Amino acid sequence: MSVPRTAALALGDDALILSQRLGEWAGHAPVLEEEVALANIALDLLGQARALLSMVGDEDELAYLREEREFTNVQLVERPNGDFAHTIARQLYFSTWQELLYGRLATGEGALAELAAKAVKEVAYHRDHAEQWTLRLGDGTELSHERMRTALAALWRYTGELFQPVEGLEVDWEELREEWTRRITDVVERAGLSLPEGPQGTSWAAGAGRQGIHTEPFGRMLAEMQHLHRSHPGASW
Amino acid sequence: MTTLLPETDQGGGPEAYEKAFDAAIAADERIEPRDWMPDAYRATLIRQMAQHAHSEIIGMQPEANWITRAPSLRRKAILMAKVQDEAGHGLYLYSAAETLGVSRDELLDKLHSGRQKYSSIFNYPTLTWADVGAIGWLVDGAAITNQVPLCRCSYGPYARAMVRVCKEESFHQRQGYELLLALSRGTPAQHAMAQDAVNRWWWPSLMMFGPPDDASKHSARSMAWKIKRHSNDELRQRFVDICVPQAESLGLTLPDPELRWNEERGHYDHGPIDWDEFNEVLRGNGPCNEQRLEQRRRAHEEGAWVREAAAAYAHKHREQGRNGRTAA
Amino acid sequence: MTTSEWPLWEVFVRSRRGLSHTHAGSLHAPDAEMALRNARDLYTRRSEGVSIWVVPSAAITASSPDEKDPFFEPAADKPYRHPTFYEVPEGVRHL
Repeated sequence: MSVPRTAALALGDDALILSQRLGEWAGHAPVLEEEVALANIALDLLGQARALLSMVGDEDELAYLREEREFTNVQLVERPNGDFAHTIARQLYFSTWQELLYGRLATGEGALAELAAKAVKEVAYHRDHAEQWTLRLGDGTELSHERMRTALAALWRYTGELFQPVEGLEVDWEELREEWTRRITDVVERAGLSLPEGPQGTSWAAGAGRQGIHTEPFGRMLAEMQHLHRSHPGASW
Repeated sequence: MTTLLPETDQGGGPEAYEKAFDAAIAADERIEPRDWMPDAYRATLIRQMAQHAHSEIIGMQPEANWITRAPSLRRKAILMAKVQDEAGHGLYLYSAAETLGVSRDELLDKLHSGRQKYSSIFNYPTLTWADVGAIGWLVDGAAITNQVPLCRCSYGPYARAMVRVCKEESFHQRQGYELLLALSRGTPAQHAMAQDAVNRWWWPSLMMFGPPDDASKHSARSMAWKIKRHSNDELRQRFVDICVPQAESLGLTLPDPELRWNEERGHYDHGPIDWDEFNEVLRGNGPCNEQRLEQRRRAHEEGAWVREAAAAYAHKHREQGRNGRTAA
Repeated sequence: MTTSEWPLWEVFVRSRRGLSHTHAGSLHAPDAEMALRNARDLYTRRSEGVSIWVVPSAAITASSPDEKDPFFEPAADKPYRHPTFYEVPEGVRHL
């Protein structure tokens, strides 16, 4: 069973770009233990990205030589790290979705299902990490509560895109959305917060990552990621 | 940790304790945290372990500088894992230091306020991708040469932390060497990048072993206490002897015209080290001293609200926590 | 201790089934749940373990500092507790 290219690229780009963002934390984390934790997550995601991209091409060509418009990751993962609360909110939204999606894909057949079965265990840990921190920030100090609330609200508009059908993936997206919403609601309520209000997408831009339309910070991030590789065409490293 | 049994007085005074300590050192036994030890031994260890731990976490910065720009995904993964290890090694070492009764916060305060040092090597910048390779090969190589004997250091927790560190670091040096080899055998531009990095990192790496033996103020006593097992010059020589043939295999040269084999000594002779530069960097005038410390302080300060939040949460939920699962 | 300093925890790791947990090192964490997770990241990131215990360092009660005091010395007088104390004729096996 051949791997659906669109799907492998979409999921591979999600993992690659989020890993790139998490890699920016190295040397900047709030406490040493968290340096180790964030790097673990970034490494898991990078491993997933490499496996996914390699299913449909050369991982480095795909990562380093595509233009911005050719990347099909959701916009959520490219959002800048912000403060620790923003990073945790991004992790919570994404890893909860990723765990549910990969759990469903794992029951299928073929290379993608195999990958999902392995990755879902890693992702469950990422989700747990995000949950633990959502609880601590939400129910910690007044300041942390406010920051967590702000972060959840700021990223909310990027969550709708997670449930756009991806070509080649046989998933009941509506059911996935319901389950995701249930889980997120549960966590944020336990953290003494509530689900943000407002649309999970807007008329322009938010929610078009899968179509290759990205947010402003993405181009800059890509420039940083790709410049060295592109400066030495054909070189091997 | 609390101690249940009263200390037994078997008729000896402080001299008896000192005698027991000296005997343990002489017999190559390990000193453990709750053993009696001379104040100066304790102070020396705290200073050295703290400096070592600080070096690990400051040392993350020059390499982390390239994580987002690593030129292949394989290299990106390797580099990320390596920088992560350094955070882990910092943690092992801070924990080992804490067995002597100082807290990590105290030590971090001293680092942030400049009262404790870290290895000067990290005050040099990583200007190109090849610097990541040069750090792995030369800086980690020098560090390993220094650290392997520390696995037999007389202080138990330090020695045990070093066993773990050395085991994990074995891949650090190899990845650096492999990275440089790929560049050296790559395009002319890549080769030039590798040579440039080796030129810049060679001398600072030799300085990592510290001042020459006759000018090293802490060395003799540390050797007597078996905290240190070999002199600075001895270890430096060992490192030079290892590196010369490795550089040849890399197809790169070491920037020292006086470097040559000395048949009589059975070692390589090398040119004079610029100790003025070493002292300048140590005094805070290296290219990156301010930048490194500033980033560290900022990360710590900007993270304060996160640490406070978790502490506040733990305080509120302590009761619920008691109902958690028990060990089995 | 400042309000934000997290307590110290001792970490014990079972490296594989059938072995007991052994002391791996320590770390800081705000509470037990985070201590477990930090321990997993720090002490088993090269798959060194299948099970972890974390114990607040403050909860450990230790014997007196001098490990050669009367608490342990008497045991050294009882070599008959160790199998090597007994002579067995050559050739006798499974004993």
